[in-house]
Amino acid sequence: MVDTATKSGAYAGAARPRSSLKRLMQRKSTIAFLLTLPLILIIASLVIYPAFYAVHLATLSKSMTKFVGFGNFTFLFKREVFWMVVQQSCIFAISAVVFKALIGFFVAHFIHAIPTKGQRKWRGMLLVPWVIPPAMSTLAWFWLFDPSYSAINWLLALFGIDPVPFLGNPYWARFSVILVNVWFGAPFFMIMYLAALKSVPEQLYEAAAIDGANWWQRLWYITLPMMRNIISITVMFSLIVTFANFDIVRVLTAGGPIDKTHVFATYAFLLGIQGGDIPLGAAVSLFMVPILGISAIFILRDVTKRGNEA
Amino acid sequence: MTATATFEKDRRDRGGPTRPVRHGSMSRDRKRALFWSYFFLILFVIFFLTPPIYMFITSLKSSTEIAGATNPWWVFDPTLANYEALLTSSEFLTFILNSAMVSVLVVSITMVVSVMAAFALSRMRFWGSATLATGIFLCYLIPETLLFIPLFKMFAVVNEFTGIQLLNKWYVLVLVYPTLTVPFCTWIMIGYFASIPKELDEAALIDGATYLQTLTKIFIPVALPGIIAATIFAFTVSWAQFLYPLAFTTSSDQLVLPVGIVTTLIKGDVYNWGQIMTGALIAAAPPLVIYAFLMDYYIAGLTAGATKG
Repeated sequence: MVDTATKSGAYAGAARPRSSLKRLMQRKSTIAFLLTLPLILIIASLVIYPAFYAVHLATLSKSMTKFVGFGNFTFLFKREVFWMVVQQSCIFAISAVVFKALIGFFVAHFIHAIPTKGQRKWRGMLLVPWVIPPAMSTLAWFWLFDPSYSAINWLLALFGIDPVPFLGNPYWARFSVILVNVWFGAPFFMIMYLAALKSVPEQLYEAAAIDGANWWQRLWYITLPMMRNIISITVMFSLIVTFANFDIVRVLTAGGPIDKTHVFATYAFLLGIQGGDIPLGAAVSLFMVPILGISAIFILRDVTKRGNEA
Repeated sequence: MTATATFEKDRRDRGGPTRPVRHGSMSRDRKRALFWSYFFLILFVIFFLTPPIYMFITSLKSSTEIAGATNPWWVFDPTLANYEALLTSSEFLTFILNSAMVSVLVVSITMVVSVMAAFALSRMRFWGSATLATGIFLCYLIPETLLFIPLFKMFAVVNEFTGIQLLNKWYVLVLVYPTLTVPFCTWIMIGYFASIPKELDEAALIDGATYLQTLTKIFIPVALPGIIAATIFAFTVSWAQFLYPLAFTTSSDQLVLPVGIVTTLIKGDVYNWGQIMTGALIAAAPPLVIYAFLMDYYIAGLTAGATKG
């Protein structure tokens, strides 16, 4: 008691050190501000500002001289191609994410099941699609799908199967862009799930084995609940990336045949940059915002939850 | 030592089976599970590695062999002519140079900006620092496909008012790529810096070190694995980026590698597939080489976003 009293007395008496301490605090926050300033400038001028600028652009006429309000949006609503883009974007994103998630999950399990010594080698080979720049690997797929020299059709011919018009038929083209996207994205899921699998404590499985749990029960009651958080973060993150995908569709089909494979990004590029109608392109790309926003909220919730758990 | 332990030891010394026989059925199950795991792993490796291998096969073929429509999966007459043609073409070398300049500059800017910001955000709590950290993470989730049109218009407006030519110049990419790399790199560096014990830098501050010294003498050396992971991430993102260069650059002397290959090697309906595949393989090589040598850092950077948080 006396001790504290003397201490506080000592502090109260020392007015000068306290004010210099205050100055130090001021200096510290100044330093912190200066250190984060470049980051804030980059984000504010090249992310936040353009995002709002896009909203402004979307309300202008094609020559960008006149305010047309929701004119661009109502124009889009009346076009059949736009609704096809909405439909295709959803089909593309949802089916690709589902298959990526499933393939990633199973491949991660297969790797986890083999002896630890060999895991590194397999993991190394299986992550290669993710490492190659997507525009470049899509060129290889384009060449594999080539109408006259398709190497896949050559293999199919060995089994007596007729050549498949991978990029010529609208439905096969839709299948092809999804296939390439799954090929590119599944390794990312695999690596995330593998990290999650490794973090499940071995004792849980031992306890379950003693209780006589079978493989399905171990998966359902231990693995999935322990991985739930990473699964949802990965799925939501992939949904954003796939929904906003540009490279694969652009290189593989450029939206064709007859606009059947366009997604929001390629359609916005076609209208805004190639067609020169910047406001209309901006309006198209803004349609991605709702789904991105919803996914972002879920990711943020899960990431902060993980932060609290740790 | 108990009797059973001695027995166990003796049996092992004699090279006898250490595992009790009654687990026979269990190990048979394990063997079957192992077999199927390898079986499916091989299938998926074939699926995942076919395109890059096919790239390589085609890159060794001459145009006559490709046009001959022989077995596409085999090279009958291997030639390095495609590599020679591309690596002596001044246009292609310009693409490589542009890509290299953009990537090196972007990686340098990214690392300086994000290490400084992560240091401030992980150690100096100031007004709004928590909000800022969350905001940075959210910025990482904004895709480039949402921003390329307003950015395009912004650069045109900048040119109108200041006369600074940004569109159709390779350095515009140095300006925009950090928006893709900085948020994520800052985010994972915050995670790495936060894992450094506070006592370490507090001791340094008590000894009279400045903030700059604690950053360069303690944080950067201790968090070096994180810095390597973030550098790899920044490099692969800026090397592979396709949309921004496609939208912002058009003259062939300003293009970077991926866009250069897609726009100049594909001419009309005439595809020189041998050269296209060679170019694609050359463009894929730097990330693949980095990945081959620094796989653990690469994967650490990949999984850090969700597992460090």
